[in-house]
Amino acid sequence: MTFEELMEQQARELERQRALSRRIYCCTAAGCVSCGAEAVRKAVAAEIKSRELDGTMEVCGTGCMGLCSQGPLVRTSDDGALYGNVEAADAAALVSAAPADDPRLAQRRIDTSTPFFVKQKKIVLANSGVVDPERIADYIAAGGYQALAKAVAEMTPREVIAEVRASGLRGRGGAGYPTALKWELVAKQPGATKYVVCNADEGDPGAFMDRSVLEGDPHRVLEGMAIAGYAVGAQQGYVYVRGEYTLAIQRLQAAIRQAERERLLGSRIFEDTFQFRVDLRIGAGAFVCGEETALIASIEGRRGQPRQRPPYPPESGLWGKPTLINNVETFANIPPILVNGGEWFAGIGSAPSTGTKVFALAGKIVNTGLIEVPMGTSLREIVFDIGGGVPGGGEFKAAQTGGPSGGCIPAEFLDTPVDFESLARIGSIMGSGGLIVMDKTSSMVDVARYFMEFCMEESCGKCIPCRAGTAQMHDILTRILKREATRADLEMLERLCVLLGETSLCGLGQTAPNPVLSTLKYFRREYEELLPAEHSAAGGER
Amino acid sequence: MDSLERKVRVATAWLGGCSGCHMSLLDMDERLLELADRIELCASPLTDYKDFPPVDVALVEGAVANQDHLEHIRHIRANSKILVSFGDCAVTGNVPAMRNAYGVEDVLNEAYRANTSVVVGVPVGNAVVPRLLGRVRPVHEVVAVDLFLQGCPPDAQAIHELLAALVEGRRPALEGRRFG
Amino acid sequence: MSVKTLVIDGKAVTGRAGETIFNVAWENGVRIPRLCHVGGLSDVGACRLCLVEIEGQRKLAAACLTPVEEGMVVHTSSERLKEHRRLILELLLAERNHVCAVCVMNGACELQDLAAELGVDHVRLRYRFPKLGVDTSHERFGQDQNRCILCTRCVRVCDEVEGAHTKDVFGRGSGSLIINDMGGPWGESDTCTSCGKCVQVCPTGALFSKGKSVAEMRKDRGFLKYIVTAREKREWIR
Repeated sequence: MTFEELMEQQARELERQRALSRRIYCCTAAGCVSCGAEAVRKAVAAEIKSRELDGTMEVCGTGCMGLCSQGPLVRTSDDGALYGNVEAADAAALVSAAPADDPRLAQRRIDTSTPFFVKQKKIVLANSGVVDPERIADYIAAGGYQALAKAVAEMTPREVIAEVRASGLRGRGGAGYPTALKWELVAKQPGATKYVVCNADEGDPGAFMDRSVLEGDPHRVLEGMAIAGYAVGAQQGYVYVRGEYTLAIQRLQAAIRQAERERLLGSRIFEDTFQFRVDLRIGAGAFVCGEETALIASIEGRRGQPRQRPPYPPESGLWGKPTLINNVETFANIPPILVNGGEWFAGIGSAPSTGTKVFALAGKIVNTGLIEVPMGTSLREIVFDIGGGVPGGGEFKAAQTGGPSGGCIPAEFLDTPVDFESLARIGSIMGSGGLIVMDKTSSMVDVARYFMEFCMEESCGKCIPCRAGTAQMHDILTRILKREATRADLEMLERLCVLLGETSLCGLGQTAPNPVLSTLKYFRREYEELLPAEHSAAGGER
Repeated sequence: MDSLERKVRVATAWLGGCSGCHMSLLDMDERLLELADRIELCASPLTDYKDFPPVDVALVEGAVANQDHLEHIRHIRANSKILVSFGDCAVTGNVPAMRNAYGVEDVLNEAYRANTSVVVGVPVGNAVVPRLLGRVRPVHEVVAVDLFLQGCPPDAQAIHELLAALVEGRRPALEGRRFG
Repeated sequence: MSVKTLVIDGKAVTGRAGETIFNVAWENGVRIPRLCHVGGLSDVGACRLCLVEIEGQRKLAAACLTPVEEGMVVHTSSERLKEHRRLILELLLAERNHVCAVCVMNGACELQDLAAELGVDHVRLRYRFPKLGVDTSHERFGQDQNRCILCTRCVRVCDEVEGAHTKDVFGRGSGSLIINDMGGPWGESDTCTSCGKCVQVCPTGALFSKGKSVAEMRKDRGFLKYIVTAREKREWIR
């Protein structure tokens, strides 16, 4: 495909869509599908067919619309109205002349002028809920692949990296490493064989950001990867996606096929010598395979275990070749950065954390779902304005960010801006975007135990501190909860936190103590209250 | 042990173990006589004393395996200034704790049903055989322990060093001791 | 070949470029503790006992995987490192059923030796007492999972030196097991050549020769040195 053909396709599809009186968007992300979205979509399609409205109306599935707690969600294009808890029985009303006037639908209508909607800023999720992820024409209509065209036709690889550097984009997998720096490292390595890997092994409990992006806008990620391939000099990309994400896998596979058919992936992309293939590699459910060296081992067909770094993947990655590994959300940010310019992106958020961040809201919060906010938005705005606060008038106690590597943030830090540095300062991390809210009924010791159980079960078993240490820490936490632990046990728990942090081989073990450390820091009394009354120091009974 | 005028009051006790550590204690041979001038043995399975009075030093052999051991070790702790875990069973659980992977029921079945021809049936209550604990534990898991003497059994030389040091009021030189 | 000059525990030493801190330290009489490393096999940095402090670096480094650099200042036995090592040994001792008194390797076990050397006189953690099996199906050797510390020396020697790759790791976390082939009895393995290299490199009593009773098993790694030397330098030293 040439650039001109791409623009023609866009115009043609936009024309087609404009000719319709209404497009009915049904959210078919995993959340809505799990509460019956497919039945709604089928009912609407049947209704269109039976009323012979084929030429004027169409129903299409889309990615996540965000307010997962009210799924299935449906939006109508002509008036932009959003409906929640939609049932198949609402199909007739949805294709009627004035759906908004239908009394049942009127009740289901969601007010989109609330903070949940207006306080968000969508870059990564801009297409989610707007394009049909199963149709490449939809993505092209929304401006898709124009960034890749621009990169290949108008920019040198060095210029692409310069644009990414200007954007200030940092890795969205959790650590916040400057993306351009990583790209540069790979680009400057000698050798003709290099790889680009998209880490889609999202595994934090309660996190579904990457899943939503892949399900809702798979082409965006592929485009980002292709641009990265162009920038660093790689011809082969892999998406390492966890096997549990069946829908994301299906959509990625379909998207790769479509893009190859349109010559947007493969060889002679935009009639240039640039070629880039993408293949999927399916993970088998080990959390540790999100760690980049374990991920590499897994792609190579070996046991998914981390190895010592250095050498880092940009020097020696897949099959010993220079390898760029970025997270799904990082790649999804690339096309808009190239189209709008790095400076535009840098103007969003709060330097040195630029752009937006997608969060999956879960736990004791009214609006469970997927949101995207500018970096630097305060935790209070996220939890209370956007998230709607704690249900039933409950009292907020803490927010957990960063999953099993993160920490619990107490109410006193609600005004902390959510960016990489601020979260690290208060003992948590940005992480990949999981945000779990806890109210006064949550036991923080139990929260720590839960995450430790997770780490214990996901430890690969290679290094002793993580393998045996997480098991011992889990044992101590369990005994504390049963009121069977002593002060000596609590001291040992803290000692193990230091050991795992300083001696574990990979990030899983090094950060496994974080939920314990942060709950000890802010909620120590809860631990103390579970210890038995003190015996005299010497000669005391254990 | 601030003063050498008074003999150091020592007791030994035997919980879940094979008595090998006590045998090793006797292996001190003539050094026992030398120690006898400086310590008073107040309670021990080697003697006929029935009760366990307050002492300066208690050497506890064996793991805490049953209800009797549990009560006994608590009494010992309350009546001892220095409690020594004496030998691997006390320090690690050792052989008695090997049943922990299986559970009490399996162990009792194996001992009293599967492999017997005379007495059939598991003893119940605390009357004849003390009730077994669900988990055999090293002594320091139950009460605070001041010194650990590894070995199965600890050799006589190490036991002598321990007692001699305590009599002299210094910390015993036990570096490099090993399990097993 | 270029030579690097560095300081290990206050002692000025030299090493070849690419040589690890671990090797240079041992060559110079600084015995850094280790359990997963064994000369002649690849290193995995799994036991974490050889972690050292390098001045100017925030993180501890595994000596067995870190090449020496010019001007490096390395500390191998600070109080912090010793305390970490003690606790790592305690974690191992508590993880499975290491009953030294009734073990074939009593008296010559690397785990037991290190515990003594580093002053582990008791284990402050709860022993976990997992229920694990012993495989005695092989004609000449036995495998006791109770004594296994998952150092993977057997896996590496079988793969890298013997070339059979009979052994590998199954499962994950503390439940990991060293298995033969697809997990069947060792005696029924199609790939095992019965060479016994795995038994000789095993640091504990997890792999042993049949017919050995308590404290009778002793291991000899001499073979590794001459095979590896022969292979790398084409020099037969025995």
